[in-house]
Amino acid sequence: MHRRNLLIILSAMVAWLFAGFAVAGPRTIVDDAGRKVELPETVNRVMAAGPPASILLYALAPEKMVGWVREPSAEEKAFIAPAWRDLPAHGRLTGKGNTANLEAVLAMKPDIILDVGTVDATYASLADRVQQQTGIPYVLIDGRFARTAESLRKAGDIIGAQEQAEKLAAYAGQAVSRLEAVIEKVPADQRPRVYYGRGPEGLETGLAGSINMEILAAAGAKNVAEAAGSGGLANVSLEQVLSWNPDVILTLDPRFQKSVLEDPLWSGIAAVRDKRVYRAPTLPFGWFDSPPGVNRVVGLAWLASVLYPQVSTIDLRSEVRDFYKLFYHVDLSGEQLDALLADAAPK
Amino acid sequence: MTRQVAAREETAAGIRRPAWPALWLAAVVLAALFLVALAVGKYAVAPHDIARVILARLTGTESGLSATVETAIWNVRLPRVLAGLLIGAALSAAGAVYQGLFRNPLVSPDILGVSAGASLGAVVGIFLSLPVLAIQGLSFLGGLGAVALVYSIGLAVRGRDPTLVLVLAGVAIGALLGSCISLLKVLADPYNQLPAITFWLLGSLASVTQGDLVSILPAMVLGLLPMVLLRWRMNLMSLDDEEARALGVETGRYRWIFIAAATLLTASAVSISGVVGWIGLLVPHIARMLVGPDFSRLLPASLMLGAGYLIGVDTLARSIAEIEVPLGILTAAIGAPFFLYILITARRGWQ
Repeated sequence: MHRRNLLIILSAMVAWLFAGFAVAGPRTIVDDAGRKVELPETVNRVMAAGPPASILLYALAPEKMVGWVREPSAEEKAFIAPAWRDLPAHGRLTGKGNTANLEAVLAMKPDIILDVGTVDATYASLADRVQQQTGIPYVLIDGRFARTAESLRKAGDIIGAQEQAEKLAAYAGQAVSRLEAVIEKVPADQRPRVYYGRGPEGLETGLAGSINMEILAAAGAKNVAEAAGSGGLANVSLEQVLSWNPDVILTLDPRFQKSVLEDPLWSGIAAVRDKRVYRAPTLPFGWFDSPPGVNRVVGLAWLASVLYPQVSTIDLRSEVRDFYKLFYHVDLSGEQLDALLADAAPK
Repeated sequence: MTRQVAAREETAAGIRRPAWPALWLAAVVLAALFLVALAVGKYAVAPHDIARVILARLTGTESGLSATVETAIWNVRLPRVLAGLLIGAALSAAGAVYQGLFRNPLVSPDILGVSAGASLGAVVGIFLSLPVLAIQGLSFLGGLGAVALVYSIGLAVRGRDPTLVLVLAGVAIGALLGSCISLLKVLADPYNQLPAITFWLLGSLASVTQGDLVSILPAMVLGLLPMVLLRWRMNLMSLDDEEARALGVETGRYRWIFIAAATLLTASAVSISGVVGWIGLLVPHIARMLVGPDFSRLLPASLMLGAGYLIGVDTLARSIAEIEVPLGILTAAIGAPFFLYILITARRGWQ
């Protein structure tokens, strides 16, 4: 008991020391693109440059958001806490042609701009341009799924939300280890072969190495479309899908999910015969991709229950409830949970 | 064709006198639009403060206003308005030259593949995740390269109408480059690269910086100079080769110079703004209706009207919605109905 008290006091002192450093004056950090960025003393207003950054920021420190990248739809708003669902939309700042108006950005007076996603020469130089032109520090954070916990901690440190970042990062880490415990029980050759069908006809899919498929790899399943090569999203033909004969089909599109079970052309595929066609929930943000941000963490528990139904001991409903409470600051009602999982989980 | 040229020269002579007031009017409208564009923006600044910021920066003194106001005016709004001025003027001048060279009012600066080449260059740069400056450089080179390719095909195919061969080669090369762009769009990363490519192809001045302006200025001057110096020759370019030769002018050499100059203007404009359609097609028409086909007046009229048109459209693009509206959407949405309107009402201008 005594020793634990000592530990608490010690860690409090360390935390106090770090907090002391944090407010000691402007500080320089190195972002994930290797750019040195000087940050103001305290960061109270943060602008997200794109959708993944927007979700990360909302999960970490909603009170510091200056707005949304795009206005959430009515359906999405139902899953976002009332205090922040009606913040103004400011548009997207990533990319050469922004949809965000730079003067409007200045008028919102953000202390920093936060961008989460691909970290490469294009984005580093775009960040430099915006920073130089507006005088607002622009921080790039690596958005790969494997680095979710690090990204959360780094962003938390930058915007001054270390405590919440630690909670979210710990949750993300546990979510991964819970899933891995499930995967371990299944020999590699018995893990399902999965096809991810996007678009109304379900013939758009992610190839090997696609950012859309990161979470599927984390779930230990094989993406059948890897046979079609590597790259991003691509259109494939029905013949290819027939030859791959996936065990499970995942999708985002309700129209495709409905039609595929009735379409005679698809009826020979194992996943359709076994009725293993699941739709990833998309409210308020996608569980599988769209966008590829921290929103995908909840998808891990979902994948465990749809890919490994015999061995998964994960309680999907309570996991989803915890995730929405922790990341989206909302308490899901039973009806909302039912609505989310209606087409997503094995019946 | 001969009768058309004769008729055109007749009109040119006929409206020689009323042309200069039209030019003055265009200059006044342009100046007014420039001031309005400087005064309008999402970051509210009083007009006298805008003037103070610009004067203070130009004279190197302190404006006494907050740093954010200075940034909003000097780093964001002014470069953008100036870019609209430069790019609108360049695209319209190039359009006027191309329409004269090809003796065809349906011609725009894209006819020889410059936009398609510039687009492909930029798309390749975005696809390879290059820095912005490299993307713009590739775009510029892509535009020049496409026209060089089309032109060398034109030289290789002899014995037929050279302008017709050029136009057809331009259409074919444009289609080929377009298919390459589509291929890269399919292969591009849908979250990071594809939106950037889409926006680039629609054109936008949303992120123009002072550095961008400086980088295209030399090419702009280099392209405009021959147009100004050879403005009298340009009138002869709308004659058939035989007719011109009868007058003792070798049109082939000048055609090369004019195409190079117009391409330089278009490629440098497109390299920082993306593809802004319709200006090069629409503005020269209006200019011709106002001042007639004489190139020595058509050129300044096109420059000023084009600059004014793009400044005006860009002011709309950045103020009608909370988010930016891509320029390509607005130039066509405003330009096409207006084009139809003058097509229907001003029948005489087409004869």
